[in-house]
Amino acid sequence: MNKNILLCGVGGQGIVLASKLIAQAAMENSLPVMSAETIGMAQKGGSVFSHVRIGSDLSTPMIPKGGADVIIGFEPAEAVRMLPYLKKDGTVIVNSCPTKPVTAMLSASSYTGKEMLAYLKKNVERLTVVDCERAASEIGSLKVVNMILLGAAAATGELPISMADIKTCLAKRLKPQLLEMNYKALEYTLNVKG
Amino acid sequence: MKTQFLMGNEAIALGAIAAGVNAVAGYPGTPSTEVLETVAKNNNGNIYVEWSINEKAAMELTAGAAYTGARTMVTMKQVGLNVASDPLMSLAYLGVKGAMVVMVADDPGPISSQTEQDTRAFAAFSKLPCFDPSSVQEAYEMIQDAFRYSAEYNTPVFFRPTTRVCHAYASIQVKDPSDYVINKPEGFIKDTSRWVIFPRTTYLSHIKIEERNTLLQQVLSKYEKNTIIPGSLESPARKAIASHGISFSYVQDSLKNFDQRPAILKVATPFPFPEQLALEFLKNVDEVLCIEELDPVIERSLTYICGKHHLKVNIRGKLTGDISPAGENTCDSVKTALIKFLELAPASDIPDYSDAPALPARPPVLCAGCPHRASFYAVKQAMKNTKSLFCGDIGCYTLGNAMPLDMVDTCLCMGAGVNIAQGIGHLEPDTSCFAFVGDSTFFAAAITGVINAMYNKADMTLIVLDNSTTAMTGHQPHPGTGIRMMEFANGSRPEKPIDVANRINIEQVLKGIGLKTVKTVNPLELDKAISCVSSVAAEPGVKAIIFKSPCIVLEKSSSSAIVDPIKCINCKKCIRELGCPALTTDTDGRLVINQALCTGCMLCSQVCPVRAIDRKN
Repeated sequence: MNKNILLCGVGGQGIVLASKLIAQAAMENSLPVMSAETIGMAQKGGSVFSHVRIGSDLSTPMIPKGGADVIIGFEPAEAVRMLPYLKKDGTVIVNSCPTKPVTAMLSASSYTGKEMLAYLKKNVERLTVVDCERAASEIGSLKVVNMILLGAAAATGELPISMADIKTCLAKRLKPQLLEMNYKALEYTLNVKG
Repeated sequence: MKTQFLMGNEAIALGAIAAGVNAVAGYPGTPSTEVLETVAKNNNGNIYVEWSINEKAAMELTAGAAYTGARTMVTMKQVGLNVASDPLMSLAYLGVKGAMVVMVADDPGPISSQTEQDTRAFAAFSKLPCFDPSSVQEAYEMIQDAFRYSAEYNTPVFFRPTTRVCHAYASIQVKDPSDYVINKPEGFIKDTSRWVIFPRTTYLSHIKIEERNTLLQQVLSKYEKNTIIPGSLESPARKAIASHGISFSYVQDSLKNFDQRPAILKVATPFPFPEQLALEFLKNVDEVLCIEELDPVIERSLTYICGKHHLKVNIRGKLTGDISPAGENTCDSVKTALIKFLELAPASDIPDYSDAPALPARPPVLCAGCPHRASFYAVKQAMKNTKSLFCGDIGCYTLGNAMPLDMVDTCLCMGAGVNIAQGIGHLEPDTSCFAFVGDSTFFAAAITGVINAMYNKADMTLIVLDNSTTAMTGHQPHPGTGIRMMEFANGSRPEKPIDVANRINIEQVLKGIGLKTVKTVNPLELDKAISCVSSVAAEPGVKAIIFKSPCIVLEKSSSSAIVDPIKCINCKKCIRELGCPALTTDTDGRLVINQALCTGCMLCSQVCPVRAIDRKN
């Protein structure tokens, strides 16, 4: 059975590292992986995505509409943008903090992110909302939003990999002095719930 | 064999190494860039690797290397092939001695490009064989096949992946180094009849090329990656699919959901087209849907074959309006086309989200703290209320077009702005004409334009946005940095140039051309930058300003700016004038600076009318 995970957000939020960790953890469990991500101009503040597909029956890295088991939304509007990709009864993890685009700032648009969260609540049964700004300030770093969301996704049990798998892979990538903070970020939602 | 999780471009690079490549050159361009970078990082020191000054130089250099009997590869994106087409068109007649693969990445969409040109069509135009991979695994294997065919037929061959293959990742099987091909070049052997192109040589070669390509149609019909995948027994009578590249993988993915599986012709070598294989495929069908991206290459070839052999087969695709003429295919567009073609019931399981709140648009913008923002703003302020024209270039600074900067009036192709500014200036002498170029594009494509301006007495200001890197494509070194790709061999990672003497100084180049006024300024010192632009632009003739400040992605900053909420009058001038993504508002609509994004460039503090923005301690 294949698992399809779609990560989405705004360029610069650390989506690529999060998707690499999922892929690497799956590889370590001898699961075949395919993935695809946005590279190029859109990385500069545009909408970005990363598709990760895990399983033995894969022919393309791109997830079709209605095909994602899990969507990890790094930004509320971006999660809504990608909803057509969600499987029926799929899981969504979303950061509640909006990133307002420069165009919205200039046009005095009313976008606050709250309307997106309300829409997600109405349409997605399996929804986890994380206030990443609050989480990041509690953890003491603004650069760990990707780990907070990845940890929240792992905590739902919907990823084909475990929290421990992710930690093992993270330890191979990061400098030792950064590990404790990133582990804390991964486990943030567990501790909030517990 | 071992399993590795690789990006398509990494797989292509490792495949080239496995095929015994001796020399690799290229010019960065999305989606091709990582191929050369991966060769450089996996170089044991025996492969010559360089970022050349542009694609033409890279093409000529790898041709020369192949004249010695070396196996070579040149890498670029599709628009780069236009720059390199002069040497390539002639090289097609001379051929090579070792092997030469022209790795050109196409960009359907386009996602990061100016054109939607199709290198498969360029292959037919230049009469060179072309390989078109459909997945990461196939790219790894096919690049090795490309080297083999190139060596066997003594001709350059194209290898053309598209973005979704280049930037896809997959766990694939790769060879152990003990199974790599080892190619020892014989050396260049003088032979003017072979290496000097003349009209007579060309005429004789032309005959041989046509003979070779006819032969290759038969040979490639037996190439295992050109295949017919038989349909299932339940498949609708006499309907079939022809596809290629990533679209082929979308077809496979979609058909998994269908009970009926039509036969598929997969075309891995669009030129020379595997005609005998196609004939066999067409024998048993009445109707074929061609699912391809960019040009209808397969569709035209099949239509031609049907005409040539009087086959009564209906060929459908882009030319019949069944497939979109532009843009990339997706899993979903392919699925929809298949459902229509096979007359199946449309899928009804996708929920409708059309009632979602209006989604904010997110056009790409210059990064928070990008020095280009300061440069554009300084020129904008200095030239306020004058008749001025701003010609742009290809790179991060193309994003200077976005509101509120709105500082790119023209953008055509790399280096074009320097000459376009002259063209407009000669016809509109009362306009102050500016041309913006980057540091890498200055070397790649702008120097001849500046010489043209000097020689023909143009009146223009050249602005070089020097951030000491090739930023848009992921920070490749260039002549101005002094770092060379050979310094990455054996796993090393040079942070600073090893051979400082080899850094080429843009100011000295411009002075060497004869410009009297060449000023170098830090754009983040706003007042100085504005007055510099005002005084330089007022001078007659050709003059230049070099805005020098490093790319903030490379020179990580530990500082940031903060707003003093007591001093701030919330006029939002900073947001309206600069459009920096770090400048935003809180839930009460008050100005705040996003500390995760801010680099402390302090441009906003210089724009603030009440000095309410300070550096955070």
